[in-house]
Amino acid sequence: MKTKSVMIVGVGGQGSLLASRILGHVFQAEGFDVKVSEVHGMSQRGGSVVTYIKYGEKVYSPIVERGEADYILSFEQLEAARWVSYLKKDGVMVASTQKIDPMPVITGAAVYPQEIFSRIQQLGVNLLEVEALDLARQAGSLKATNTVLIGVLSVLMPFAKEKWEDAIRQIAPTQFVELNLRAFSLGREAACSK
Amino acid sequence: MKRLMLGNEAVARGLYEAGCRVISSYPGTPSTEISEYASKYEEIYAEWAPNEKVAAEVALGASFGGARSFCAMKHVGLNVAADPLFTSSYTGVNGGMIYTVADDPGMHSSQNEQDSRHYAVAAKLPMLEPSDSLECRDFIKEAYEISEKFDTPVLFRLSTRVSHSQSIVEEGPREEVPLKNYVKNPQKYVMMPAFAKSRHETVEQRLEALSRFAESTGLNRVEWASKKIGVICSGIAYQYVKEALGEQASILKLGLIHPLPQKLMQDFASQVDKLYVIEELDDVFETQVKKLGISCEGKALFTKLGEYSPQMIAKSILGQETEWVNFDEAVPARPPAMCPGCPHRGLYYVLSKLGVMVSGDIGCYTLGAAAPLNAMDSCVCMGASVSALHGFNKARNMPGQSVAVIGDSTFMHSGITGLINIGYNKGNSTVIILDNRITGMTGHQQNPTTGKTLKGEEVPQIQLEAVCRAAGINRVTVVDPYNVAQVEAILKEELASPQPSVIISRRPCVLLKSVRKQEPLFVDAKKCRTCKACLKIGCPAIHIEGGKAAIDPTLCVGCGLCASLCPFHAIGAQGGTKK
Repeated sequence: MKTKSVMIVGVGGQGSLLASRILGHVFQAEGFDVKVSEVHGMSQRGGSVVTYIKYGEKVYSPIVERGEADYILSFEQLEAARWVSYLKKDGVMVASTQKIDPMPVITGAAVYPQEIFSRIQQLGVNLLEVEALDLARQAGSLKATNTVLIGVLSVLMPFAKEKWEDAIRQIAPTQFVELNLRAFSLGREAACSK
Repeated sequence: MKRLMLGNEAVARGLYEAGCRVISSYPGTPSTEISEYASKYEEIYAEWAPNEKVAAEVALGASFGGARSFCAMKHVGLNVAADPLFTSSYTGVNGGMIYTVADDPGMHSSQNEQDSRHYAVAAKLPMLEPSDSLECRDFIKEAYEISEKFDTPVLFRLSTRVSHSQSIVEEGPREEVPLKNYVKNPQKYVMMPAFAKSRHETVEQRLEALSRFAESTGLNRVEWASKKIGVICSGIAYQYVKEALGEQASILKLGLIHPLPQKLMQDFASQVDKLYVIEELDDVFETQVKKLGISCEGKALFTKLGEYSPQMIAKSILGQETEWVNFDEAVPARPPAMCPGCPHRGLYYVLSKLGVMVSGDIGCYTLGAAAPLNAMDSCVCMGASVSALHGFNKARNMPGQSVAVIGDSTFMHSGITGLINIGYNKGNSTVIILDNRITGMTGHQQNPTTGKTLKGEEVPQIQLEAVCRAAGINRVTVVDPYNVAQVEAILKEELASPQPSVIISRRPCVLLKSVRKQEPLFVDAKKCRTCKACLKIGCPAIHIEGGKAAIDPTLCVGCGLCASLCPFHAIGAQGGTKK
C-alpha cells in the first residue's frame, strides 16, 4: 500500500497537536507504520502551524510536501488558502469556516482575501466546509473545533467509528473526554448530512 | 508496549533504559522535552540548570562521580557549554556521559542555523545522529557504551524533524548500571598544562581508535539497491533520501557521524556509478569525502540553507517534478505574535510609544520586534541585551533613551553577569526584566525564580530584586505591565536618573494554568469611532469588522489592556452581543 498522508493546518493555539495525536493513535491501532511531525516553539505563538501525519506499511519521511496530502484538515480559512497547494489532485480538504485575522491584516499591511472557499473549489479541489465553531459551541466548548473536524474526517476514512472514539478516550485529558466525544459525533453528523 | 513516541521522548526512554542517573539541562527548542520526559522516571535525577554551561558541568561532575550522566541543549546552547565541552574531551569520563545537541535547520525557533557537527570535529569527540524515534532510543544506549569503552564524552546530534516527529518505539526494560568507583586521579581530571599535554596525546590516540571502530560499528550501514546512484547521508536526510530514491539508489547511512569510516566510504564509493553526499546545512561530510580523493556531488547541487525534502532530492537527482494547484492570490503571512493577554504587551506598548532604543533578548518577548509594536533594535543571543546595552551607552552616551529587555529565565541564564558588569563599571543603563514567572517560549519550564524544580519540588525562589541589588544596582522597582500608566511613569523616572536601574515588569504568563482567564471583552459598536487606538497594541484578538473594532471571543482572555487605551470607553464586559 502507498503511504497516505493527512495534514492539519491552523493557527498556533487552536489544538492541532491533540488532533494529530488522535489521528496517529487511530492509524497505529490499525497496524500501520506511522509518523507524525509537529511544530513546537515560536510558531505556536499564534503563527501559521502545520502538522503532518503519515501512515502505511513503511513510512520514511515524516513531512508532506506540495501535491502530496490525501487529506487536509484546516482550522481556519486563510490557512486553507495557504496550504491548499499541498493537497493531492484527488485529495479532500475539510475546512472550518472560522476566520482569524493575522497581524499584517490587523495592522492594515495586508488584506484578508475574500470568498476563499469558492476560489479553492474553482481550482477543482474537493472541499468540505464545516461550521466547526458552531458545532463546538453546541458540544460545550469553542476549544473542541479540533474534534469536530476529526469527526468529519472520520466519515471520509475507512476506519470504524469505535476506533476513533477509543483514540479520543485515550488521548484527550480525562475531564474533556465527554466533551470531545460529543464534538466528534456532531462532526460526523455534519459530514453525513452533506 | 509499542507506541508512537516523539524523538525527544524516545531519547528520554533510552536514558531510562541505559541506566542514566543524572541529567542537567537548560530548555531550548527543539531539545526541551527530552529532560521533561526523563524527569518523570523516578530512577533518574533530573534538573533544570540556569544555563547550558552549568548543565554540562553538572553532567560532567556526575560522570566523574561514576554515574551515567546526560545534558541536553539546543545548538546555540552548545556555544554556551563549549568551554566544558572542549576540555572534557581531555579529561574523558568515569561514568558514561552524553552531550545532546539539537540543531534547528530552517530556524523554526532559533536565531541562527549553525551546524553543530563542527563541534565534534573541533573537540575531537565522537558524535552520533539518529534518524527516527527508534534510533533515538537505541543510539543513546550505544552512546553510553562508546563513552565508557573509549573514555570519552559523546555528542548526540538531533535536528528539529527528528526531535519533533513521532514514530513507533517498543519499550524495553531498564538496565541498572551501578556507580563506578571514584578514584582520585589528578593526571586525568586536573587540566593544568603539565597534565593536559599528556591528555592531548590520549585524545589523538582515542580519535584514531574511534576511526577504526567507525569501520565496523553497526551504527554505520550500507543498504544496497541500484548501484547507479550511491548516497552518503545521516539523520533526517536519510529518511528523505529513502522516500525520494527508494530502490533507485544504494545508501551508506551514517549513525556515527564523527569520526567517519574512511575505508567504508572508499569501498562504497568504488561500487557505485555516481556518488552523492546529502547533508542538511554545511558540507561537513562532503569535505571529508573529498579529502579522501573521492569525487562526489554535494553542495554544488544542494543548498546550505534550511531543511531538505524528498521532492528536493527527487528533483535534483532524478529530475522529477510534482504538480499542485495554487491559491490565486498571495496569502498574507501569519507570523507568530504575543498571545492575547500576554503581560509583555503593555510594557512594549509603552516602549513603542516612547520610541527608546531597545536592546533585546531571546524569548517570547523577542516578538515585540514585530509590527505594530516594532519595539526592538537588536537581539543576538541569551543575555546580550544587558551587556550590549552597556556597550552601546559607553559608545553613544544616551542612557536616557535606551533600555534592555530580558526575561526572568534569560536573566538567570546569563543576564546577571551583564548586570554585574553595569554595576561594576559605572554604567548608567536601565534594564527591564520581564518577569512572567516561568520560562515561556519553550513551553513553561521552571527556573530559579519560580520556586519549583523540574521534578516539581517546592524550593525557595531566587529573588530578582535581591540579586539586582547585590549586583550593585540601587534603583530597583517593580511594575505591573497591565498598568500602562504606572509603567510609563516609572520608566520615564528611571530613564531620567543618572544611576543605573532595573525595572521588574512582573505578571505571570497568561498561558499558565494558575492564571485565571477573564470573560472575553466586547466592543460597543455604537461607541467605537474606529480611531484604531486598540490596534496599536498588536493583540491577535482585536481586528476591524464592518468598519468597527471587534474582539474575537475565541481568543480574548479579558486582560483589559485594550479597554484601558480606548478613549471612547467602547470596550468592556457589557455592551456587546455575546455570540
